[in-house]
Amino acid sequence: MELTGAEIVVSCLRDEGVKHLFGYPGGAVLNIYDEIYKQTAFKHILVRHEQAAVHAADAYARATGEVGVAIVTSGPGATNAVTGIATAYMDSIPMVVISGQVPTAAIGQDAFQEVDMVGITRPCVKHNFLVRDVHDLAATIKKAFYIAATGRPGPVVVDIPKDVTQHRCAYEYPKSVSMRSYNPTSKGHSGQIKKAAQMLLEAKRPMIYTGGGVILGNAAAQVTELVRLLGYPATSTLMGLGGYPSPDPLFLGMLGMHGTIEANMAMQHCDVLLAVGARFDDRVIGNPKHFAKEARRIIHIDVDPSSISKRVRVDVPIVGEVAQVLDEVLKLIQADKSKPDEQALKAWWAQIELWRSQDCLKYDRAASVIKPQFVIEKLYEVTQGDAYVTSDVGQHQMWAAQYYQFDKPRRWINSGGLGTMGFGLPAAMGVQLAFPEAMVACVTGEGSIQMNIQELSTCKEWNLPLKVILLNNGYLGMVRQWQEFFYEERYAESYMNSLPDFVKLAEAYGHVGMTIDKPEDVEQALRDAFGKYKDRLVFLNFLTDPRENVFPMIPAGKGLSEMILL
Amino acid sequence: MRHIISLLMENESGALSRVAGLFSARGYNIESLNVAPTEDATLSRMTIVTRGSTDVIEQITKQLNKLIDVVKVQDLTDGSHIERELMLVKVRATGDQRDEMKRLADIFRGRILDVSDRTYTIELTGTGSKLDAFLEALDPTAILETVRAGTSGIGRGDRIMKI
Repeated sequence: MELTGAEIVVSCLRDEGVKHLFGYPGGAVLNIYDEIYKQTAFKHILVRHEQAAVHAADAYARATGEVGVAIVTSGPGATNAVTGIATAYMDSIPMVVISGQVPTAAIGQDAFQEVDMVGITRPCVKHNFLVRDVHDLAATIKKAFYIAATGRPGPVVVDIPKDVTQHRCAYEYPKSVSMRSYNPTSKGHSGQIKKAAQMLLEAKRPMIYTGGGVILGNAAAQVTELVRLLGYPATSTLMGLGGYPSPDPLFLGMLGMHGTIEANMAMQHCDVLLAVGARFDDRVIGNPKHFAKEARRIIHIDVDPSSISKRVRVDVPIVGEVAQVLDEVLKLIQADKSKPDEQALKAWWAQIELWRSQDCLKYDRAASVIKPQFVIEKLYEVTQGDAYVTSDVGQHQMWAAQYYQFDKPRRWINSGGLGTMGFGLPAAMGVQLAFPEAMVACVTGEGSIQMNIQELSTCKEWNLPLKVILLNNGYLGMVRQWQEFFYEERYAESYMNSLPDFVKLAEAYGHVGMTIDKPEDVEQALRDAFGKYKDRLVFLNFLTDPRENVFPMIPAGKGLSEMILL
Repeated sequence: MRHIISLLMENESGALSRVAGLFSARGYNIESLNVAPTEDATLSRMTIVTRGSTDVIEQITKQLNKLIDVVKVQDLTDGSHIERELMLVKVRATGDQRDEMKRLADIFRGRILDVSDRTYTIELTGTGSKLDAFLEALDPTAILETVRAGTSGIGRGDRIMKI
């Protein structure tokens, strides 16, 4: 039996096992929406802005490990989706975005709601397709899912002209994909793995540095086992948090621009560095020249060869799936009779403890105003570390990363690479839809939340009981912090003096709103939000210290040992 | 360092723009770029001449390999290879110049493809530097138009890039 292109799209999503589709209808995708209406295999979540559909699908993927799926119409629907696509691309999130396109005959005619989606998204997708023939549709969608999920994951756009959704052909969803031009490496080179195991055992001042690749590659168990087997210090990037249990003493906290002293100093002064699924980016090692001043040997495991030796020369590159490679490394180390040099390791840990004793995450706990760090600590306590935490971008994001002790992978969901304000709320929706029973907290600022606040309406429609933790300091806090440090306190456009009444706003959308302005009320408010109002969306407007800064801080372009401390 | 990077890619619409976009987005140089289908019509062969340090060239080849449509990448300058460029030059050829032009074309083993009473159109192949040398040998005022195809390259002997 022949199906229309629209029926084929919906059948492909069903056969791919998609359970949630985030989107917004429009002219070019009306045929597809008509088929969505007729089916029951998956739910469609209508957002209020296309950017939110893509962020929600992205976070759904981050939390579940499955491919997130979004659908938008042509033209403005497609361009609104671009920020979401770029966000997913920078953080290597597996996602398929279906965009409508004007009919094939109208392409290139500057038709109504026409935009060259393939051209616009080319630099921010893993791959994209324009499907010109209905006969290619099913195979293309299959390829899109395959490319999105394998190797270094990433978003794939499938642009479908309206007439293709009307044309008919026989439907068969391909069982497998074989592409001569795309064969990601999964197994690491055994000789290199041997070298790595040897080098690790010989280390006098070892350091294990893990990134988002550990989360994406489902290698948290292997990382944890390796760190504990060797007794070596471990750190994580912003994207890798939860890859190793944060409360564990072997964990030195996050490294980088707002990393701990102990993590940054150990990174700078180690003699053997194992990097797993991390890419030495500018927010992590700062200035690569400064980083290279200290001699160290580097082992780098990554599924993407182009991430290796990009910013930092590596001695032992290993291309492969991080979990598989670490399994091999673990086997070799367990079988090896030689053990790490205990004396050297003891001295190294003594040095690390000295750095750690500076207690760089201390803040004024006796303050009479609410300290933002305190809110995050209480959030951790009240949720017993078991919440999914999404965030927007800015100071609140760094405090959430520093003070919520993530001990499981896929619980910390934020836009690390692109740094997209407006990510947090739609991300929380995606997570809550994936895990209806879970505690989901969106840590945000009053700048970021307003970039996608319309999604409170989507949350109402779906009764999503997520909690918005607004650290409201009345400033675009991170901008203000940079202006204080580097622009002689000229606070250009970083103060928002016409903020809405967030309680009324939450109520207008049908949710519960609270304003909390005293430290002693913080815990109870959180307990109410996750207890009494368990089944409601609660918007907690915490009025926090407007002058608080994120410490430590490495100014842009400086090295790991050039931190500004409180 | 100058490098000649050869690649085989799926002959899909938009494949060229993926490569060109990669170079501009990441700030890599392109000195010349030349592309056409191979004997297998589903594949295109592209030759890119670029300049960069060893690190940059390593990144370029890795990034090219990462493009989904790219099947194979080879840095021809890694081993022995042959390179050729095609040039068409239209020169003014009047009076005494006609003989002089003909001789010069012969010396450079060029061929005159088209003749009018005022012009010659000369075809020349060779390495880029040979073509440059020919242009330098000409009286600059005699050059009416030049078209260069960009370098094509192939490995010597048994060095073969095929799938």
